[in-house]
Order: sequence, then structure tokens, then C-alpha cells
Amino acid sequence: MNETPLWASESFWKKTAVWVTAGSFLILIVLTLDSLSKTSAGTQRVPAYTVINQKIDYRFDEQLNKYMPVIGGEQLLFGKRFTPEEAEQRVTLGKKTIQAKNCMNCHTLLGNGAYYAPDLTKAWLDQGWISTELREDMMVKFLMDPEKNARTYGSGRKMPNLNITEDEAKGIVAFLKWMASIDTNGFPHHFTSIETED
Amino acid sequence: MSSNEAKSVTLIFQNRVCTLIQRFQSWVRLDSGNLSGGQQLAVKYFSVAVILFFAQIVFGLLAAIQFIAPGFLYEILDFNVNRMVHINAMVVWMLYGFMGSIYWLLEDESGSDIVGLKWGNLAFWVLTGAVTLVVLVYLFIQIGSGTDSSLWFINEGREYIEAPRWADIGIVAVMLVFFYNVVATFSKGKWSGIAGVLTLDLVALAGLYLAGMFYMTNITHDQYWWWWVIHLWVEATWEVLVGVIMAWSLMKLLGVRRKIVQTWLYIEVALMFGSGILGLGHHYFWIGTPEYWLTIGGFFSALEPIPLVAMVVHAVYDSGVHAFKTGNHPALAWIIAHAFGNFFGAGVWGFMHTLPQINLYTHGTQWSASHGHLAFFGAYATINIAFFYLAIQHWRGDVWMAGGSRNAWRWKWALGLLNAGVMGMTIALLIAGYEQSFIERAMEGSTWGGYFSAQNHPSFQNAMVWRLVWGLVTFAGLVLLIWDLLTIGKEETRKAEVIAQAEG
Repeated sequence: MNETPLWASESFWKKTAVWVTAGSFLILIVLTLDSLSKTSAGTQRVPAYTVINQKIDYRFDEQLNKYMPVIGGEQLLFGKRFTPEEAEQRVTLGKKTIQAKNCMNCHTLLGNGAYYAPDLTKAWLDQGWISTELREDMMVKFLMDPEKNARTYGSGRKMPNLNITEDEAKGIVAFLKWMASIDTNGFPHHFTSIETED
Repeated sequence: MSSNEAKSVTLIFQNRVCTLIQRFQSWVRLDSGNLSGGQQLAVKYFSVAVILFFAQIVFGLLAAIQFIAPGFLYEILDFNVNRMVHINAMVVWMLYGFMGSIYWLLEDESGSDIVGLKWGNLAFWVLTGAVTLVVLVYLFIQIGSGTDSSLWFINEGREYIEAPRWADIGIVAVMLVFFYNVVATFSKGKWSGIAGVLTLDLVALAGLYLAGMFYMTNITHDQYWWWWVIHLWVEATWEVLVGVIMAWSLMKLLGVRRKIVQTWLYIEVALMFGSGILGLGHHYFWIGTPEYWLTIGGFFSALEPIPLVAMVVHAVYDSGVHAFKTGNHPALAWIIAHAFGNFFGAGVWGFMHTLPQINLYTHGTQWSASHGHLAFFGAYATINIAFFYLAIQHWRGDVWMAGGSRNAWRWKWALGLLNAGVMGMTIALLIAGYEQSFIERAMEGSTWGGYFSAQNHPSFQNAMVWRLVWGLVTFAGLVLLIWDLLTIGKEETRKAEVIAQAEG
């Protein structure tokens, strides 16, 4: 009568803990290898950096029933066609600047970060830039002198001057344009892009 | 000023600091003669942990004020700086608390002196020096140019793991010393079930940190690995670590049988890793990764509250069986606060918005902040505070800290104010999060215009005012807690009851 049943014994749970942990971790590794290969730059989900030479939009896809990035024909950035190396260089400069200026502790990127300032996931496509013709110039000016070009929407929340150079600002714009082309499984939902003609 | 004058000024300053430290020491009247080598090292970790806890709350308050008055400290200490110090101080004080707790229990659990105590002490000073330097750079240099050297020496700009690369390498070195001490000490003494779980958990914890130490332009890959550190730390290895700490505390506080706590610990590990490792998927919904993560993440994160229920059952059942008979009431109270805080904050609040159908609207809103506040406090702050009380009791020479102790109102009010404050902030942020999901996401489609419509809405702004009010309540609780930790048991002459551990 005094015998401990299997389900209450220490050794049974020890083995279970080891097997469950090892099993879950193994599945995670397999999925990680698959996810990383499907999301390298230049895949369907994460386009190559040269996508900054093209027109990018974000629209509702009736068949998939979610919002999807739409990559269109040529639409050069700062009037220049970037080679694959140049494009990667530009986007890299943008990404490094975004990290060095600590943007993520106010903004969110792909929804991660802080919530003091807007999400930048589809910032390239935001209607706040008024028109596609004015966009690039407005973005660079804003990044270089946010106080004078503040877009606060009546909130009084102003971006501080982060001493961003013109080169860095153009890099950030390239990075944001490229990020807007990533297939994020429909996030953000119900988004009206600057390209929408009404 | 001549060099002689400068020398005499420094001397006067040094003397002042020395007398201040001496005065403080005679006021707190703590006797380190009561502590073993490992425990003396542990209380160093605890002291820094409390200082960083204080810094966490101060910078949190500054950031909270900026939500209400955006001009406050504009271009001096901007929101991004305050928020970064707020979250980094939190991560680091919790790690200090965990490391201190483990150094505290190591000799007792292994039955041996710590093998590399000298190295442990050195590592403590290296880590503390590095943390101080990193914080000074955060506060006074703040940002750099878009180059690798900024990422190496100023700020890596990746939420929660902003520490510059040189500090990352230092942290790894310190962790290796810590890991060596744990393994070598158990090997010299004896291995228990708790020791085994702890060792494997530390391998995972240290190893995962490496996943966050690379620069990647591809932001999808960047975020993919970033979550390996953040999620797998917070929702897997840290949870197991507090499971270990709780198992040991329940034996010490209540005299629970080793066999029972260890069986529970294995059950918790199975459930925690079984749900937490693949629960990682709930962060992979919207960063560009394949669609199968929607299913996997949704399913496994729905299982994540189960081990936390198990921990509540475990703590409450054991307390009940032992009729709450303990020699240290504040510590037991904080252990119970931990069990419930972990379940509600990490379990319920986490589950509320991790299904992809809900998360599509709540992701990246104040919902996350609401969950974050209750989860980090409930799961980790509470158990560290419990351990501070365990340590202080021994430091005072095992004095009476149960029913009828002097000035018990202080720890009770500190417990009440801290828990009420964090719960208040959590509810306020949840309301703000509802507002944001509703107006910004559901109605206005996540544009910047939509974002600001929500931020400008009176309901959102009221919620942010309430968050600040409850933040001040939390701060009051923290001040009282620090006062209590410094003074509890000071004039107590009675010895603590000895809690006999049941056989087996």
C-alpha cells in the first residue's frame, strides 16, 4: 500500500522533464532552420534589398483574406538605381543608424519596441507624408531636423534632434522602404496606404 | 587650483565618504560575522539589486511623466533614454537578485564551501563596474553615429539588450565564473535534484545570451534571434530559475520534504519548457516569419499558464499543510505574492492577448506594457524580495521574524503598497491598451494619424495619469521596503523558531 504510484514518483517526472525539454528544443531547431531559410533577404517573404528600386504598396488580398505587400514596377529612391551591393550598403547604414540612435525605445519596428511614438513597420507607406512626390524629401528633412519639421498631430510629442546626417537619413529612408516590403502575415491590419487613390 | 589644493579636497571628500559609510554601518547594525563566504558574496549582489530596483522605478516615473507632459526633460533625458534605463535596470537587478539567491543557497544545498569564491568576488566587482559605466554612457553620451563603433561602445539599440558589445562579452565572462562556481561547488559537495535542474538551466540561460550578440541587417532575422534571448529567458529559463529558488525556499521556510519539492520542480520544468520553448512562436506572428508560427505560437502559448497554476497550487498547498508555520513571515508572504503574481501577470495577462486573432490588434500597444508590468513584478521582483528577507534574517543572526515582530506594519504596508501600485499601473495600462487597439488599430487602421487619435483621446490620457499615480504608490512602497530591509529585526533579541524539515 505504501508504494508511490508512477505518476507521483520523482524519477518519472525527472525523465518526463528531460524528454519534453529535449523534444521541444529539437522541434524549435528544425523550425528555426526552416524559418531562417524562408526569410533570408531575397525570398518571397523578405524581398532583396534592391526592392528599394521598385514601387511598394500594401493592400488587402481578397483571396488570402489579409493585407499583403504589393511590389510593383520601377520607382527609384532619390532618383538613383541601386546595384545589389549599393542597396545592401544603404539599408545597412539605415539599420545601424536606427540602432545607434536608440529609435526602438520610442518607436516600434514590426510591432516591437516602445509605444511612445508610432510603429515604423509601414512608415514608408504612411499617409502622413502627404504625397509620393513629397515623401522622400519630407522624410529626410524630418529626420535631420525633427523639431522644426515636427509632425506631432496635436500631441505635443516631439522627436528630439538626434544629429542624423543627410547620408544616415537617406539610409534610414532606404531601410524603411525595404521594411515596408516584408510580408508580415497581415500586420498591421486594415491599413490605408499613401498609394491608395480615392 | 594647485595640485596640493586638489589633493586636500580629494582627501576631505574621501574622509567624508568614509565617515558616511561608517555612520551608515553603525546605523544598520548588520553583522557579517553571521554569514558564510558565499552568503557575504550574495548580500553584495542583493545590495546592488536594491539600488538598481530603485533606479528602475525612478526612471520609470520620469518616462511616465513624459507621456503626460511631453516637453518634460526634452533633449536632456528624452523618453528613449529614461525608458531604456528603466527596462535595463529591471533586467539587471533581477539577474543580480537571481545570482545572489543562488550564491546564498549554494553552500547550504551542496554541503561544501564555494570553490572559486575569490573569482566570484572579482566577477562581482567587474560586473558592477561595467554596469555603472554602461549606465553613465547611456545617460551622458546617449547616442552615436550609424557605425559599428557606436554598437560596440555606446548602445546596441535593441530593446532590453541595449548593452554595447564590449559589455556583452564582459557579461559572458562573468556568467562563466558564476557557472563554474555553481558546478564546481556541487561537484565537490553533493548533487541534488535542485542542483541538477539549476545547472542545466544555467547552461541554457548563458547559452541563449549568445543569440543576441550579432549584428544583422535583415530585421526579420534580427528579431528572430532577439526573441531567443528575450522570450526564452523570461518565459523559460527565468521561470525555471525561480522554480528552483522557490523549491529551496519552501524547504527552508516551511520545512517541506525535499522529495515533494523536487517532484514538483520536475513537473514544473516539464510544463514550463514544454509550453515555453515553442510558446516562443507567439512572438513570430508579425515579423516576417512563415505562417505556421500562427498555429504553433497560438497553441503553445495557450498552454503557458498551466505550469504557473501548478506553482500556485504547490505554494498554497504546502503553506496550508504546514499551517503557515514559518520563522519568516515577510518572506513567506512575498513567496505567496510571487505565486499569484506569476500566475496573473505572466499567465492570465499574457494569455489574454497571445492568440493571433487578438494579437493582430493588441500587438505593439499598451497591452504589452500592461502585461509586462504585472508579469515582471509578479514573477521575478516578488521572489527576489522574498529572498532579501530570508537573507536579512540570517544576517541579523537568525532573529525572530514571525508573528508579533517589531514594526511589522512596515513590511506589511510595503507589501500592500507595492502590490497595489503595480496592479493599479497594470489596470491603467490595460485601459490605455484597449483604447489604442480600438481607436488606432480597429477603427483607423494603424496609420500614424490613427496612432495619434488614440494617444490624444481623453480616455487614453486619463489612463496614463492613473498609471503615474499608481507608479507613485509603487515608489512609496519601495521606499518603505528599503527602510524595512535596513531596519527589520534590529532590536529583536528573540531567536527564530527552528523549522524542522520533514524526513525524506
